Amino acid sequence: MSSETAATVEPQTPWSTPRAIRIRTTSVVALSAAFAVVVVLFTGVAGIDGWAITFMGLSIVVVLARTSRAGSKERKDALMRVIITSAAVTAFAPWLSIFGSVILKGYLGIRPNFFSQDMRTTTPDDFLEFGGALHAIVGSLLMVLIASAITLPLGILSGVYLTEVRGRLTFLVRFVVQSMSGVPSIVAGLFIYTTWVTATESFSAFAGALALAVLMLPTVARTAEEVLKLVPEDLRAAGYALGARQWRTAFMVVIPTVRSGLTTAAILGVARVIGETAPLLLTSLSNSALRFHPFDGPIASLPTYVFGYLQIGTEYAIARAWTGSLVLLAIVFVLFTLARRFGGKDKR
Amino acid sequence: MSNTSTTVSATANETTAFAGLETRGAHAWFGKHHALRDISLTFPARTVTGIIGPSGCGKSTFIRLLNRMHEFIPGAAMAGSVLLHGNDIYEPTVDAAEVRLKVGMVFQKPNPFPAMTIRENVLSGIKLAHLKRPNHDDIVENCLTRAGLWKEVKDRLGASGGSLSGGQQQRLCIARSLAVEPEVLLMDEPCSALDPGSTLRIEETIKELAEKITVIIVTHNMQQASRVSDYCAFFLTDGGPGYLVEADSTRKIFTNPSDPRTADYVQGKFG
Repeated sequence: MSSETAATVEPQTPWSTPRAIRIRTTSVVALSAAFAVVVVLFTGVAGIDGWAITFMGLSIVVVLARTSRAGSKERKDALMRVIITSAAVTAFAPWLSIFGSVILKGYLGIRPNFFSQDMRTTTPDDFLEFGGALHAIVGSLLMVLIASAITLPLGILSGVYLTEVRGRLTFLVRFVVQSMSGVPSIVAGLFIYTTWVTATESFSAFAGALALAVLMLPTVARTAEEVLKLVPEDLRAAGYALGARQWRTAFMVVIPTVRSGLTTAAILGVARVIGETAPLLLTSLSNSALRFHPFDGPIASLPTYVFGYLQIGTEYAIARAWTGSLVLLAIVFVLFTLARRFGGKDKR
Repeated sequence: MSNTSTTVSATANETTAFAGLETRGAHAWFGKHHALRDISLTFPARTVTGIIGPSGCGKSTFIRLLNRMHEFIPGAAMAGSVLLHGNDIYEPTVDAAEVRLKVGMVFQKPNPFPAMTIRENVLSGIKLAHLKRPNHDDIVENCLTRAGLWKEVKDRLGASGGSLSGGQQQRLCIARSLAVEPEVLLMDEPCSALDPGSTLRIEETIKELAEKITVIIVTHNMQQASRVSDYCAFFLTDGGPGYLVEADSTRKIFTNPSDPRTADYVQGKFG
């Protein structure tokens, strides 16, 4: 009775743009993009941003010309679409420009030895076949890992305090967290220098991690608070109505609901600190040898590696610095991808 | 026995003359999931049609096909045609926004715009669609009266839409959808979250609306379907895509349906 009588009917999407029109739109966009390249090459307008702005202007003119015979509504619609799209492209352009130059200048140093050797026995101006940044990569990861281990529980718990507990100190905590997010990174470095480094009489990875944690905490706490605020009151009520205590509800209902949001909080925190240089110069300093001990003396990190070799200023030293920057970008990218994969999406 | 070509037999003769809305062989998919199979239905102008059936049989999906809200869901697809005054609303040249202006919708949960006052909520459709309508005061009064809310809110039109009770909010949403003067109004279980008083009020509203426009209402409430609708369509699923079992005048569906499953359902034997 429930036969497959309709098996011959094919699903359609009449609302999607027909192929011919899509091809036409793409070719118009490609032509404008190519023309903008010509403008950049032969006039005073320069750079990727110059190209983007030319491209945006051109697209608007083209759309106005193409819709000249259409109704005013369609015209407005097409115009707004072009403005919004090209605004996105224009905002994208500087990022592309940065990324492009780091790749172009950094890829020369990407060799196996860059990831397997340190700089103990290599002078900065040696050929790129010698020496590497293993010590800096390990140092950076070690410090960010320690800083995260300190910050993520603290940050998420203070987010829980601000949204779930809502105790008497809510206002004060929120105020402190907000003003902490404005602390210049060098001040965080100085703070740890005067409290930890002078007390232990030694630069160390742990000191560096503490300075990074000071910077990371407000970002994580604020993001966690914003994310937890999005949980509908109904869900908490449902938990309470089942006889659950507040902390059980917070940890079994509220937090799992926004898992992906809290992952974002962690990502933003790591992104905030992984490229920090100034506080590390005062706390972990730098080193040319591979080290793992978090409490024993100065340790290298990618930002200080880049900073140091740029300062040396010879050809191969600068090449090493660019490669260091590229690796730093790549690490951030990999970390984010992993966090997205394993942090999971919110179940619907 | 095949269910694929059911039409509203009772109205077959009159439909062509003043069909408000009509579907022909309509299917709906969500990704690979076939949600709705081969629905051919006619909704005569200025009548109320109730869509009934157990949960998950595609009632909501069906009415979302009628004003092109289906396509907002990623991966959605459809087949067949939906005719408004004989013109297919899924033609490539048709502007979906224009369709939704003519085929309004009231949702299951009241959703007044929280940042707007009661008055602004009623006029929001006119503002959003850039319609030029004179006498905004008259429109506000007229729509709120037709939605049965005017007496309760006429002294506080400046209050926030969120300050009203659930039933009042739902009637505000009805008033809001009336302000753009739709030709068809789709209602997706509009009373499911309301108290009996508000429900009664909205049912009266629906009957008054049918003097001017075509109303299509999804409901789980058999009494409601029998009270407000002129025609009824019964949907069912056997685990696969939802399909139309039968559609007829409400009186016939509730007293002498041609399909035994319809009889079982309206007598509350399942669903």
